[in-house]
Amino acid sequence: MIRRALTSSAIAALTSPRTVDHYLEQLHPMLTVDLVRARVVGVYRETSDSSTVLLRPNRAWRGFTAGQHVQFGIEVDGVRRIRCFSVSSSAANARRSFTVSVKAHPDGYVSQFLHRRLSLGTLVHLSQAEGEFVLPQPVPDPLLLLSGGSGSTPVMSMLRTLRDTGHRGRVVFLHYARSRDEEMFADELDQIAITMPNARVHRIYTRSPVPGSPLSGRITVDHLAYLDVDPTNTLTYVCGPAGFIAAVSRIYATHGDIAMLHTEYFKVPAVDPAAADMTGTVTFADSEVTVDNSGATILVQAEAAGLAPRFGCRMGICNTCAVRKHHGAVRHVVSGEVSAATNETIRICTHTPIGDVNLAL
Amino acid sequence: MSRLRRFPLIKPFSATDHDRAPQPIVGMDTVKRSPIGLEYLSYEQLDAFGAELDALRQRVLDDLGQEDADYIRRVVRVQRVSEVLGRLGIFCPFAWPVFAGGIGALALAKILENMEIGHNVMHGQYDWMNDPALDGQRYEWDFVAPSEDWRHGHNFLHHTYTNIHGLDRDIGYSTFRVDAAQPWQPRHRFNVPLALGLMLIFEFGVLLHGLERQEYRRGKISAEVFQVRRNRALKKIGRQVLKDYVAYPALALPLVPFVGWWAPLAVLSGTAVANVIRNAWAFTVIFCGHFPAEVQTYTRSDAENETRGQWYLRQLLGSANITGSRLFHVLTGNLSYQIEHHLFPDIPARRYPQIAAEVRKLIEKYQLRYNTGRLSRQVRSVLHQLATYSRRPASDAH
Repeated sequence: MIRRALTSSAIAALTSPRTVDHYLEQLHPMLTVDLVRARVVGVYRETSDSSTVLLRPNRAWRGFTAGQHVQFGIEVDGVRRIRCFSVSSSAANARRSFTVSVKAHPDGYVSQFLHRRLSLGTLVHLSQAEGEFVLPQPVPDPLLLLSGGSGSTPVMSMLRTLRDTGHRGRVVFLHYARSRDEEMFADELDQIAITMPNARVHRIYTRSPVPGSPLSGRITVDHLAYLDVDPTNTLTYVCGPAGFIAAVSRIYATHGDIAMLHTEYFKVPAVDPAAADMTGTVTFADSEVTVDNSGATILVQAEAAGLAPRFGCRMGICNTCAVRKHHGAVRHVVSGEVSAATNETIRICTHTPIGDVNLAL
Repeated sequence: MSRLRRFPLIKPFSATDHDRAPQPIVGMDTVKRSPIGLEYLSYEQLDAFGAELDALRQRVLDDLGQEDADYIRRVVRVQRVSEVLGRLGIFCPFAWPVFAGGIGALALAKILENMEIGHNVMHGQYDWMNDPALDGQRYEWDFVAPSEDWRHGHNFLHHTYTNIHGLDRDIGYSTFRVDAAQPWQPRHRFNVPLALGLMLIFEFGVLLHGLERQEYRRGKISAEVFQVRRNRALKKIGRQVLKDYVAYPALALPLVPFVGWWAPLAVLSGTAVANVIRNAWAFTVIFCGHFPAEVQTYTRSDAENETRGQWYLRQLLGSANITGSRLFHVLTGNLSYQIEHHLFPDIPARRYPQIAAEVRKLIEKYQLRYNTGRLSRQVRSVLHQLATYSRRPASDAH
């Protein structure tokens, strides 16, 4: 009720051009009605290089569906750094708290920060949950949840949700990790294997297999056959590195039905400033244009691609050409500084792409 | 204007080899070098001067961090609090001191929002923080002129082509004659009274200036562009007027039985006075930035093919500072450091005092002029300019 009043157009007319949140946040940062914010209430180590962060969102949070991700923004040295993380917790009680589980990537500033330095009580700037990688209702039977490496987070959220909602259909959870030490949620998966009679949980450790394990190595159609999964009629949710998803896609294209496959990639910005800049592609998302990175500034590349972005001085002072960069790394042509943050504003006249870059242009 | 991608003799106007485009003004004669600053420095010195300022810029940028973020958030907090207190105070027309205090607090809030926050945020000074609320491209200010058109006319035209006749529309705002190189027109006789009038309604003056109606009539901008601008301006006026002069006065209606029929009118006039105070203040600061005597202006051909060093020098010689206390500087949005602002328009303004110290060392080293003075001196100088150039020049008489 109060929330509806505060977000009404009458209040908006009184606070224009700001929103009511810009005043409420001065009373307390968590009081916002539209901006989703959360406090870190727990940080748990999953493996030596991954952690689970428990978040308590404010009332602006509308919950999530298992499989979705959030934009997760923390401020370090005055800079808000935003990354997308899949929610890993059960969607039952989705409004009160949830977790994200993050593997610390060697180049990933935010994931390293989360893993090593995140303290309780930290304010996190969130988006609402987003993403189409969600289960249909009713949940199909049978169902395969397939993951590689830290791609287990969204399917783990699905499995936990199915457990907590008493799902009775057949579920196969097949996960590929390098070793048990590098596997997230290992103990809980053991528990689920015991307590959920309709679920088959199977892990394959590619580097250090369990002795006597019937399955080993990278994914093949035989692995699916051993678990009685028929790729022609089993709705499959797969998340993992691009190579893993490509392998699964090949199996489904050859031995099953590719339409049964739902995929979610997780993307770690791979930045190699030492490598030549002229690699990868530049994607102008709003115009739906993708070009090979020519090494020129993004403004020049956009113009070469036939776009007409706004620009002014073309020397980095007037800020006319600033646009949102969705993801990817860029280098400033004057300072040489590399910036790889997700969802940040850059001036395209003075930045060149390094590898794949996606922009709101 | 022509933009050339390839440029043979003169080093491109950018520190980059990736992009040879950023040539603000490239003349037809690409071999000719710009004469800007030659009366003070040689080309080699100009290059060295430019390189030193580039290095200074990078030093400050590398140092940006938590303190700068905390500063702007503190300013935002003071602004929000004083806005709310101001609005509340204006709702107490039955207690005159509270009412007057409310007007003062609201005027302060509007001044902070327009100058230290709005103007500076729209320059992209805080884009590095990646906070959507402080994002230069998305920020909309509490001012009738739409941000979008301000960013074009101010950030781009005025800051790139500072004080170049025919390009920088801010020389006299196409209304006043403030420089000998501007052709005299009969309306310039009223330079001083017109300026005092504009002072009171400055936000509408800025709005009209941003519309570029004259340019549209002369065919310099298309009908579509003009239509979009006009509609945007009307919409913004609507929102601002609705808020200040309809919505808040309407909230005072419940006061009528207790205070009298005039309560909503008092709220309306209190808000109007706050807006006028802000207008007068912004006008004063902005006119003192470029119009005092000794500020130099340039012709387009002077600026053709200028180098980075010459661009910096043009910014330096085309701007004037105002001295004052720390509070004074904050209230001007640090535009009292107009010179530093023009050298580095996208560096957070709280850094300008620190930059000024280094700029002054360079001024001494290269024996250049640094135009600065007390507010009263600069205001007198501006008034004197307005009065002087209001008279028809002798050579003009037929």
